[in-house]
Amino acid sequence: MNDLQASPARAELERPRQWILTIENLNKAFDGFQVIRDLNFYLDKGELRTIIGPNGAGKSTLLDMITGRTVPDSGTIEFGPDHRYNLTRLPEHRINRLGIARKFQSPSVYKEQTVYDNLLLSLPHSRGVFSALFYRESQEDRDRIHEVLQTIRLEDRKHELAGSLSHGQKQWLEIGMLLAQDPQLLLVDEPAAGMTDEETERTGELLISLEGKHSIIVIEHDMDFVRQIARKVTVLHQGSVLCEGPVDKVQSDPHVIEVYLGRKAGRPDPAAH
Amino acid sequence: MSTLTPASKDKNLWAIAVFVLIGAILLPLLNMGGVVAEFQLNTWGKYLCYATLAVSVNLLWGYTGLLSLGQALFFALGGYAFGMYLMLMIGEDPNYHTRLPDFMDFMGYQELPWHWQPFEHAWFAVAAVVLVPGIFALIFGFLAFRARIKGVYFSIITQTLTYAAALLFFRNEFTFGGNNGFTDFKEMFGLNLHAVSTQRGLFIASVLYLAACLLFNWWLTRTKFGKVQQAIRDSENRVRFSGYDTLQYKMLIFTAAAIIGGVGGALYVPQVGIINPNEMMPVKSLEAVVWVAVGGRGRLWGPVIGAILVNAIKSWATVQFPNYWLIMLGALFLFVVLFLPGGVASIPEQFRHWRKKMDARRQAPAEPMKAAEPVAEVETAKSST
Repeated sequence: MNDLQASPARAELERPRQWILTIENLNKAFDGFQVIRDLNFYLDKGELRTIIGPNGAGKSTLLDMITGRTVPDSGTIEFGPDHRYNLTRLPEHRINRLGIARKFQSPSVYKEQTVYDNLLLSLPHSRGVFSALFYRESQEDRDRIHEVLQTIRLEDRKHELAGSLSHGQKQWLEIGMLLAQDPQLLLVDEPAAGMTDEETERTGELLISLEGKHSIIVIEHDMDFVRQIARKVTVLHQGSVLCEGPVDKVQSDPHVIEVYLGRKAGRPDPAAH
Repeated sequence: MSTLTPASKDKNLWAIAVFVLIGAILLPLLNMGGVVAEFQLNTWGKYLCYATLAVSVNLLWGYTGLLSLGQALFFALGGYAFGMYLMLMIGEDPNYHTRLPDFMDFMGYQELPWHWQPFEHAWFAVAAVVLVPGIFALIFGFLAFRARIKGVYFSIITQTLTYAAALLFFRNEFTFGGNNGFTDFKEMFGLNLHAVSTQRGLFIASVLYLAACLLFNWWLTRTKFGKVQQAIRDSENRVRFSGYDTLQYKMLIFTAAAIIGGVGGALYVPQVGIINPNEMMPVKSLEAVVWVAVGGRGRLWGPVIGAILVNAIKSWATVQFPNYWLIMLGALFLFVVLFLPGGVASIPEQFRHWRKKMDARRQAPAEPMKAAEPVAEVETAKSST
C-alpha cells in the first residue's frame, strides 16, 4: 500500500532523489507489544515532512530510535547521502553530532540559564570536556547567536532566564537551540502543543521558512497546523506507514478517515462498535 | 552571561583574598602573640577541612544536580592514605620494639604488608591522597553514570558504597587498624606534630587549600564546562541531544570532587590526630549535605558558611545538650528547606528582595487602577471574537 500511495507523489516531483534518511524494515516491541512494525520511511534532502497518526501509532518511538534513545529490535536507520551512517548502534550525542537535532514534546530548555547561554550551549563545537573548559566566545559565535535570536524573535529577552519565558517562547527557544546546532535534519515533536493560535501560526511560518535549508520531520496532532505547514504527510498507524502523500490526498483516503481523521471529524468510528 | 556579573566576580575574588589574609596571616600572628589559643586555631582548622568536603558536595549537588550521599568516603580515603604515612613515621614503639604500627604487632605481623611499604615515602603518600580517591571515583563514576543511574538511585547507591566501605574498614584483617583506625601520630615530614608551629602550619595550609578550592569552583562555574554542568542539572536529555557526552562531564566532576574531598581529609587527619571507619559512616556524608543545604546550595560561599556554622553549633550543642544535637540538626535542616531554600548565603539577597517589595508597597495607591485596565482590555477582546 505504501508504494501505491507513494508513486503518484514520486511522479509529481520529477527530479533525482537524495535520501537523507532511509528507514527499512524497522521493528520494535515493548514487553511483547509491537510498537513499530516493518516500518519503511524515506526522507528527501531539504524536505519538510509531517507525520500524523493516532495515539500509540509509534510516532515518538520512531523519533526515539532515530535519535538513539531507543535501540530497534531489527531493521536499519541510515542517514546521509549514500546511506553513510547507520544510526541504530550510535549513542545520542554521536547521532546529534552527525547533524540530527531533536525538539522534545515538552519544552526542555535550561531554565536557570539565560536565553543567550541556552543558545551558546547549543552551538555545534567545543563540546568535549577539555575544549569546554578552555572555550572562549568568539565574535563568530556571538553573530550566530544573534542571528538565531532574530529568527526566533527573542532578541529583547536574551539576558533573561529561560525559565521566565512563556510556554510558547520556551518552545521557540528550543527550536532556536536546534537551529544553533545547524543540523541537516530537524526532528520536531509537537511544536504547537500548548501554544495560542497566533503562536501556532508563527511557529508554522518559522518551520516553512526552514524548508530547503534543513530536512525536517514534524510530528503533530493539530490538524489546522498540519494543513498550514504540510507538504507531504505520512500517516502512521499501529507502527507502520498507512499512507503517504499530499495533505488533501491523505485527508480523503478512506483508510485514513477510518483510523484517524474520521474520528477527529466526529464521524462514527467503525472500530468503536 | 548573566549568571555572574563582572561586579560580583570581583566581589568573590576579593572575598577569597580577604579570607586568605585573615586566615593565613592575621590569625596565625594573633596565635603567636597569644591572643588566639592553639585549641581554637586547631578547631577552626578542622572546620576548614570540613568546608572543603562541603565544597566538593556542592560541586556535585549544587552545580550538577548529583546528590552524593557518600562524599565523606573520599574525605576518609584521603585521610587514610595520609594516615598510613603518619603511622609509619611513629617509629619504634616501647612495647613491641618494632617499627610496625601497633595493631599489626598485636595481630602478629612480622613485617610490613606490601601495600603498606611505599607509604614510608612522603611523596608516595601525598600522591596516594590524590590518586586513591580520584581513581576510585573515576571507576565508580564510570560504572554508575554509564548505567545512567541518576536521581534518588544515585543517592542511594553512593550511600551504600560508603557504608560498605565502612564495614570493610571495620574489619581487622583488612590491615587498616579495624575500628580503632590510626592514631598516636608523632611526626610529619620530619616535624613534631605536637609542636604549636606544626599545627599552625597545618592551619595555614588548610586556609590556603580551601581558598584554592574556592578559586577552582569560581573559575569552573564561569567556563563553558560550568554551564554544561548546570545544564545537566536542569535537563540532561537536552544536553545529550545537543551533542555532549554527559558521561564524560559527570565522570570528570565526580572525580574532581572526590580529589577535593580527599585532600581535605588528608589535611584533617594530622590536625585531629585520628582517623577511623566512623568517618565513612553514612551519617558523616549526610551531615555534609546538611552543611551545604544550610549554607546555600549552588553558591560559592554556601558550603563554607554552612560547614563552619553547623559545626560551630555542633561543638556548642554537644557540650550543652548532648542528647538533643541530632534533633537540633534535623530541625535546622527542615527550617532551611522550608523557609530559606537558598541557605544562609542567600539572606542578603532575600533582604534586598524584601526591601524592594516594601518600597513598591509604599508607592502602592496608584497600582490597583493600573492593574485593572489590562484585565478589562482582555475581556473586551474576548467578547469581540
